[in-house]
Amino acid sequence: MKSFFNYIAEIFSGIWTLLTGMKITAKYFFTPWRNVTQQYPENRDTLVMYERFRGEVIMPHNENNEHKCTGCGLCENACPNGSIEIISKSIVNEEGKKKRIIDQHIYHLGMCTFCNLCVRACPSDAIVMGQKFEHAHWDRSTFTKVLNQPGSKIMEGIKE
Amino acid sequence: MAAIIEKIITTDEIKTDEYLVNIGPQHPSTHGVLRLLTKLEGEIVHNVEPHIGYIHSGIEKMTEALSYPQIVHLTDRMDYLSAHMNNEAVCLCVENALQVEVPERVKYIRTIFDELQRLASHQLWWCASGMDLGALTAFFYGLRDREDILDIFEETCGARLTLNYSVPGGVMFDIHPNFQKNVKAFITKFRKKLPEYDKLLTDNIIFQNRTKGIGILSKEDAIAYGVTGPSGRASGFSCDVRKHHPYSAYPYIKFDEKMGTEGDSFTRWKLRMDEMWESMNIIEQLIDNIPEGDFAVKMKGVIKLPEGEFYQRVETARGEFGVYIVSDGKKNPYRVKFRSPGFSNLFTINHIAKGWKIADLVAIMATFDLVIPDIDR
Repeated sequence: MKSFFNYIAEIFSGIWTLLTGMKITAKYFFTPWRNVTQQYPENRDTLVMYERFRGEVIMPHNENNEHKCTGCGLCENACPNGSIEIISKSIVNEEGKKKRIIDQHIYHLGMCTFCNLCVRACPSDAIVMGQKFEHAHWDRSTFTKVLNQPGSKIMEGIKE
Repeated sequence: MAAIIEKIITTDEIKTDEYLVNIGPQHPSTHGVLRLLTKLEGEIVHNVEPHIGYIHSGIEKMTEALSYPQIVHLTDRMDYLSAHMNNEAVCLCVENALQVEVPERVKYIRTIFDELQRLASHQLWWCASGMDLGALTAFFYGLRDREDILDIFEETCGARLTLNYSVPGGVMFDIHPNFQKNVKAFITKFRKKLPEYDKLLTDNIIFQNRTKGIGILSKEDAIAYGVTGPSGRASGFSCDVRKHHPYSAYPYIKFDEKMGTEGDSFTRWKLRMDEMWESMNIIEQLIDNIPEGDFAVKMKGVIKLPEGEFYQRVETARGEFGVYIVSDGKKNPYRVKFRSPGFSNLFTINHIAKGWKIADLVAIMATFDLVIPDIDR
């Protein structure tokens, strides 16, 4: 007889604990403003990422199409998975001296793990982490980017 | 005729055939690509044979070609839910080898990040194991609250999951100006949310019947198998590295090592819930007292460790994580071995799941909190 009562009591306590749990789900069901869901593709215009967000490596250029990269190759050395390639060329400047400058700063986005080590290694703050994160593309070849814009040159006053 | 049938039924010689069932490699309750070759008789589990290696990425071998700061980012990818603790382990190992004393500020920041990461990991564990045991709502609630922590991470270090925030000698950035405010707001909020977790699942009779007394791991076996972390402590094995071999800011703070005695699935469950409360206590002790100072010491451009062997262990959300570096004085390590907690925890599964039903095997796996890349490395 005792086990029978225990059985009945267990059923009722089971229903009670179920209702306790359902009270919480009901609370959130009837108060949808507590929800945290972002309507992502619709809110693209207003979506702001955090300033330190690591989306991709970019090289900022100023309005005269000048960047700060000296082509020293420290970022290439710091990169753990070979996503940065520096191709430099030598030119002769006005004083007749030979000088090596950056030709192409190649960035393989497909290999990048966004670890930020290249940005840390850069002595002249030439590369920074960008905010863009929608990198999906139909063609793999678009993941190889040249960061310095065509025709760009190094800013005045950057120590080499 | 009836007598013959009765005789057959009562004879013990009649047995169902044993048969093999593959659970995984693609199964929602294995949380990744783990394959359990399970020998069943009816519903009773007779033998469980874990087959691992489906996501083996060769991280230990890869580290031999990388410099020490570069190794750190690979450890994110092992136990991705305890990414910061893994990073910290490598950084501490390198710092100890070079005998670099990091500033107090770094220690505090790292410890706060450790505990935030532990909270995030336990939240994900809670919601995912709820889903394993048939409570889908838990999954959404856990992820909802974890989002706040990930936002705090993202604001300070720019990444949500693979943080790579520790570097040898300090941390990568100083904390964001909003960091303390946001962490305090999160703690206040989560202190209200955590009782909801209990009401939703822990107090539920159906859930308790599925976990209480199921999958018992004794203290002796926990020690013999090297089960660490919350799973080991639920069996009464005092193994908290934070308490026994304190690192970073853990020596400065007061906290309890939560212990269980029974070692069943429910104790393992309850212990992780208690750890979340304890993590919040730890963060509250530290968050207002972050000392001023540098967030990193200047290290050499090329870090070379002296010749020798170095070991450092930390407590991740799953147990004891160890980094063993053999250096021959060059800029790359000669050999690196990672002692991951998931590997030891997984291989008790045959011992404790034997004789239980196949649904209990899922409950045992859920309360062991397996992360497969941590096991395979």
